[in-house]
Amino acid sequence: MDMALPVVNATAAVLARVSAAFNAPLARAVVFGVHIDGHLVVEGLLIAVIVFQLSRKSYKPPKKPLTEKEIDELCDEWEPEPLCPPIKEGARIDTPMLESAAGPHTIVDGKEVVNFASANYLGLIGNEKIIDSCIGSLEKYGVGSCGPRGFYGTIDVHLDCESKIAKFLGTPDSILYSYGISTIFSVIPAFCKKGDIIVADEGVHWAVQNGLHLSRSTVVYFKHNDMASLASTLEKLTRGNKRAEKIRRYIVVESIYQNSGQIAPLDEIVKLKEKYRFRVILEESHSFGVLGKSGRGLAEHYGVPIEKIDIITAGMGNALATDGGFCTGSVRVVDHQRLSSSGYVFSASLPPYLASAAVSAVNYLEENPSVLANLRSNIALLHKELSDTPGLEITSHVLSPIVFLKLKKSTGSPTTDLDLLETIADKVLKEDSVFIVTSKKSNLDRCKLPIGIRLFVSAGHTESDISRLSSSLKRVSASVLSDY
Amino acid sequence: MVRLPYTTALTTLFSYGLLFAFGQLRDFFRKFVDWFKAKNVKGYAPICLGLEDFYVRRLYLRIQDCFGRPIASAPDSWFDVVERTSNDNNKTLQCTSNTTRCLNLGSYNYLGFAAADEYCTPRVIESLKKYSASTCSVRVDGGTTKLHAELEELAARFVGKPAAILFGMGYVTNSAIIPCLIGKGGLIISDSLNHNSIVNGARGSGATVRVFQHNSPAHLEEVLREQIAGGQPRTHRPWKKIIVIVEGIYSMEGELCKLPEIIAVCKKYKAYTYLDEAHSIGAVGQSGRGVCELLGVDPADVDIMMGTFTKSFGSCGGYIAASKEIIQHLKQSCPAHLYATSMSPPAVQQVISAIKVILGEDGSNRGAQKLARIRENSNFFRSELKKMGFEVLGDNDSPVMPIMLYNPAKIPAFSRECLRQKVAVVTVAFPATPLLLARARICISASHTREDLMKALDVISRVGDLVGIKYFPAEPPKIAEADHDKLE
Repeated sequence: MDMALPVVNATAAVLARVSAAFNAPLARAVVFGVHIDGHLVVEGLLIAVIVFQLSRKSYKPPKKPLTEKEIDELCDEWEPEPLCPPIKEGARIDTPMLESAAGPHTIVDGKEVVNFASANYLGLIGNEKIIDSCIGSLEKYGVGSCGPRGFYGTIDVHLDCESKIAKFLGTPDSILYSYGISTIFSVIPAFCKKGDIIVADEGVHWAVQNGLHLSRSTVVYFKHNDMASLASTLEKLTRGNKRAEKIRRYIVVESIYQNSGQIAPLDEIVKLKEKYRFRVILEESHSFGVLGKSGRGLAEHYGVPIEKIDIITAGMGNALATDGGFCTGSVRVVDHQRLSSSGYVFSASLPPYLASAAVSAVNYLEENPSVLANLRSNIALLHKELSDTPGLEITSHVLSPIVFLKLKKSTGSPTTDLDLLETIADKVLKEDSVFIVTSKKSNLDRCKLPIGIRLFVSAGHTESDISRLSSSLKRVSASVLSDY
Repeated sequence: MVRLPYTTALTTLFSYGLLFAFGQLRDFFRKFVDWFKAKNVKGYAPICLGLEDFYVRRLYLRIQDCFGRPIASAPDSWFDVVERTSNDNNKTLQCTSNTTRCLNLGSYNYLGFAAADEYCTPRVIESLKKYSASTCSVRVDGGTTKLHAELEELAARFVGKPAAILFGMGYVTNSAIIPCLIGKGGLIISDSLNHNSIVNGARGSGATVRVFQHNSPAHLEEVLREQIAGGQPRTHRPWKKIIVIVEGIYSMEGELCKLPEIIAVCKKYKAYTYLDEAHSIGAVGQSGRGVCELLGVDPADVDIMMGTFTKSFGSCGGYIAASKEIIQHLKQSCPAHLYATSMSPPAVQQVISAIKVILGEDGSNRGAQKLARIRENSNFFRSELKKMGFEVLGDNDSPVMPIMLYNPAKIPAFSRECLRQKVAVVTVAFPATPLLLARARICISASHTREDLMKALDVISRVGDLVGIKYFPAEPPKIAEADHDKLE
């Protein structure tokens, strides 16, 4: 009680002062007939509190950048992965070594074998005329062209080759590339940019996939060689889409699919393309010089006028037995590539002797169309003889020069399938001296390739070669696959 | 680095502005003309919309005759340039059958193997008769011949690495190898002036790409520290691996890369190095082994060395040299090895013979002579040009020398005037170089003789005076009066 008294006195004094302030004349007001005293003081206090709160910064945890010492520690701790993954045990690393030209008969590892592993469709490897024209070129121009096309790398044989191919196919102009595989993956990004639509077959090979990826356009895949799937995809993409008229749209297909041996039905594709207004990019590496009455490719085979196909590309490393590639189409298409196709502008041009070899090969094809009949009869014979192979079936088209053999009954895992097929190929080579190969896949490939044995038929094969192959395959596959 | 004086920058910008304005005016009128005749088929979007090919149509086509000149002989030190005419103001060009014999300052013929060579050509023809022009199959199927195996071993030995792998085209080598080595979750740090093939390869791999200032090890260190500490974007997980990509000689600058410092930085931060020696292999170095030999770097310190055979060896194709494990991994997974036709056997033989000549294994000392000659020629030419007052880029010993032009009108003036005086030069403008920095690029070869170089200097000096590109004051001739008389 003693302590309470001074406290009470102090509070009374404070209260007296406060009431004096409240009763000051300025602080009085009359609101709706009610006296309110000292309101200004209260309002003043409130305003002071509000201003104080507003002026304080909101609470944020302080941002501290990493100190140099911390960065050093992080850099010391970081451990990179090794540059390449460790090699799997038992992975195949040795390839058969050829010791002579890769014609229908060749020498592999010292032994003479029948060669079904080279895409030498017209049998032009070892042709005298082609070799003579190459020798002439080599003596005149040397081997390399020492520069890109824009900087003195254009040699007159390149221009001859381009006009020869254009004349052969019936198109206004064509453009040469220095490597087969770089043709398609330079052409696609030159025409398709970000925002365009591309509809592609899901079985296209790696070079096409790389081109599609580099173009940064929207890519939609349809089921392999299935026209109904293509039609429904095109319908879905264009229905109700007003913007679709203003962006560029492409369909990308191969004529003979390298991964499966199927042939694209060009007449239906052209019908769909005209209905939905898409442009067609046709990859003809394995059908140029093979299909059609005179070897002019898929368009001649189906009787479609060549002007309806917008862009045709092909590598010349197959039927024409040289290297490099070309692209052909209308004048606008070809001119556009001369400045904006990266594989053409930033790379050295094709060695001149390969360009003159291409010219001689096309001349040979024009003068001897009978070589196509040989090729076709060989393919037909092979189909007939291999139709009853135990355990293996032919899954490629009857006209395709790439004959694809798959296991009739898969073991369930792709690796064991591949092992079986490789055992068959090895035995065929060792015991019967016939050189065949299985399909190879890179782990960067996005296509679900069917696993099988690929046979490349050439017009230079004789009937005895083919019977040797078929009897050997039948025998070996019977023994290897007898347990499955 | 290039120092651009203000007056030159202003005049160049003004010229480009004028060209742009005229181009837009012509486009405007073209719109009216096209309105009457519909060129595009109804319903299809045009191949190039509006401004996408403005540069091509309005600027490039005017000077089209300076590029893509066809030749009718081997690209040796003297060659025949085909004359072209145009009836429609340079929109299309037709070749005539006349040729002019010109001095070649444009082809990549560093050691003079471009034309038929006395040692190489007979062997090439022999291999052509034996193996034919192509193997028509991929390397893993039936495309590996004895020649390919021999060249892989020889290339590895030449460069100083344990193993090598071959490809048929230099461009494909870069674009198909980089995705095999690094993927999503990795980081690629590349020099800002790297070649298009490296850019394509980096983009195709799916890894994150960062750029560091051209040839600056300090900035590279900064970028490395920032990236390792920060981790992958958004998730901040640590990077799986980091590859730093540089070139030996940059083809548009003529500069050598600062290799020892960059290797030191990469070793400190545990990044892998990838060296692209397209222009430097065979052309620099005491015995032609490239920038590593020239700058004293041990090849074992560089993880992956890439090069091409087009420039110094007179053939085509490219190679990668690295440790045995990396090469085996590439042989199993690289798409260019598994899907692309193998290199043409005569071209392989040409490289084998060229390397043998350079190493002296053909029994003569032509290789050493060629190497000494290209070094002498490049240094002589560069010092003479600098004395005359031209602005020349590049380091000593590099056979590539760009002469700065800047102004867009000087590009065709220089090129056409030199051709009229029988010297063929290469001029480069946007988009291969930055817009304001157009240049003429000279490539010296070991097959140029001293008389050829004197003639070239004479012509370039006269044309330089005519066109007005001697941006620096010329040194007064103090030492050899005789030399000065020759130049007059």
